Amino acid sequence: MNTTRTTTIRPGLATRAPGTEHERGDAMTAVLDIHELHRTFGSGHTAVTALDEVTLSVARGELVAIMGPSGCGKSTLLTLAGGLDEPTRGRVLVEGHDLAEQRADARAELRRRTIGYVFQELNLLPGLTAAENVSLPLELDRMRLREARRAAHAVLEEVGLTEHADRFPEDLSGGEQQRVAIARALVGDRRLLLADEPTGALDSVAGEGVLRLLRRACDERGAACVLVTHDAAQAAWADRIVFLRDGRVVDHAGAATVSLGGGR
Amino acid sequence: MPVRHGLLALLGEGPSHGYQLKVDFEARTGGSWTLNIGQVYTTLARLERDGLVIEVDDPEPDPDRRTVAVTDEGRKVAEEWFATPVEVGTPPRDELTIKVLLALAAPDLDLAEVLQQQRRVTLESLQELTRRKRALDPDTDLAALLQIDAEVLRIEAQARWLDQVEQRLAVGRRPATS
Ligand SMILES: Nc1ncnc2c1ncn2[C@@H]1O[C@H](COP(=O)(O)OP(=O)(O)OP(=O)(O)O)[C@@H](O)[C@H]1O
Ligand SMILES: [Mg+2]
Repeated sequence: MNTTRTTTIRPGLATRAPGTEHERGDAMTAVLDIHELHRTFGSGHTAVTALDEVTLSVARGELVAIMGPSGCGKSTLLTLAGGLDEPTRGRVLVEGHDLAEQRADARAELRRRTIGYVFQELNLLPGLTAAENVSLPLELDRMRLREARRAAHAVLEEVGLTEHADRFPEDLSGGEQQRVAIARALVGDRRLLLADEPTGALDSVAGEGVLRLLRRACDERGAACVLVTHDAAQAAWADRIVFLRDGRVVDHAGAATVSLGGGR
Repeated sequence: MPVRHGLLALLGEGPSHGYQLKVDFEARTGGSWTLNIGQVYTTLARLERDGLVIEVDDPEPDPDRRTVAVTDEGRKVAEEWFATPVEVGTPPRDELTIKVLLALAAPDLDLAEVLQQQRRVTLESLQELTRRKRALDPDTDLAALLQIDAEVLRIEAQARWLDQVEQRLAVGRRPATS
């Protein structure tokens, strides 16, 4: 049937969506470039192919949502994009650096300085205040304490938590904890944000608050962001939506409208 | 009848006239519901006939502008309207539901593709609504924001239903046909 052809895989869009170049310049290099990525877990007849030839590019200032049914490979994709796991085949480039070609220490540095993660389990350290949780990655990166704290307070202000900076996670609501986790992911001018179901069990208005923060990080800081979500209303905050099925990119939404969105 | 009750509710805030009621109604509903002025006048005429509104003196009389006020009876009707929950009712026959139900058994049809095509369109309309939402200020554009929220939830329900159809049929688990 002729009309059904339109939804099959459209690899052209996956590799180079029109208009992904962002107004802020360095248009040519995508912040994240994933090329024919493949990940198989296990081997022999128990092998599971979690990702199958996924190609995806995310530009500066762009928010891309990944949607698909449970088990389709969304988290695997995000983990590989962040260099937390290694692909069976294929390449991941972050700001032009091929993760596989980097020495372990250089890759660790890239992970610390360039990439911010927000996962559903927030992993905030209970013994540290909000500000300490946020400044910790900078301190681990040997930034001077005062500088790290100053940077932490700046991002906490950005996420609207200045007044709660000295509270411990257990004294914050779920939504506030989520914002601390986002602040921790943003701190130190990280340019690639990877968020896996970041709104957890928040109600829809609080969840929307999280999406607004991610959107702002893209619009105002020029961060590139990949958001994994089940939720259509949340995915709709993205410039582009990538649909995964059984480890493959099967469709895109919104790619054409990105090119229209020049100056805001 | 929402227009009738809407006008009564607005008049509960103070006397007004036809054109002003039209403007206020549209502003308060976030521009989601436009009234034509003829409809406002006929509705007011019926309300007047039923004793729910009454003409009052205008400080600046103008033959085209009859100022009306709500009567006690009219106020009671408006209060009852607010106090009565809206019927949930049966949704109108929905083309998408019918299409998918018929697609289930249609020969030579890739249902997964039918669902995905719809999902893409659904997500793109949600993206468009979200872009509109982003431009609004929650403090000054509350009516428009709430109106978009309602629309987003309606369309989101469609996206969730598509996912549910797919999960129930587990068509997504079939190896990709390429
Ligand atoms: N460490 C692992 N070892 C073996 N199999 C794995 C591992 N991690 C993921 N998988 C398998 O890979 C597939 C993709 O998993 P993944 O976690 O990426 O899915 P997902 O799309 O994030 O699902 P969900 O929406 O449920 O979070 C699944 O079949 C999963 O069982
Ligand atoms: Mg997952």
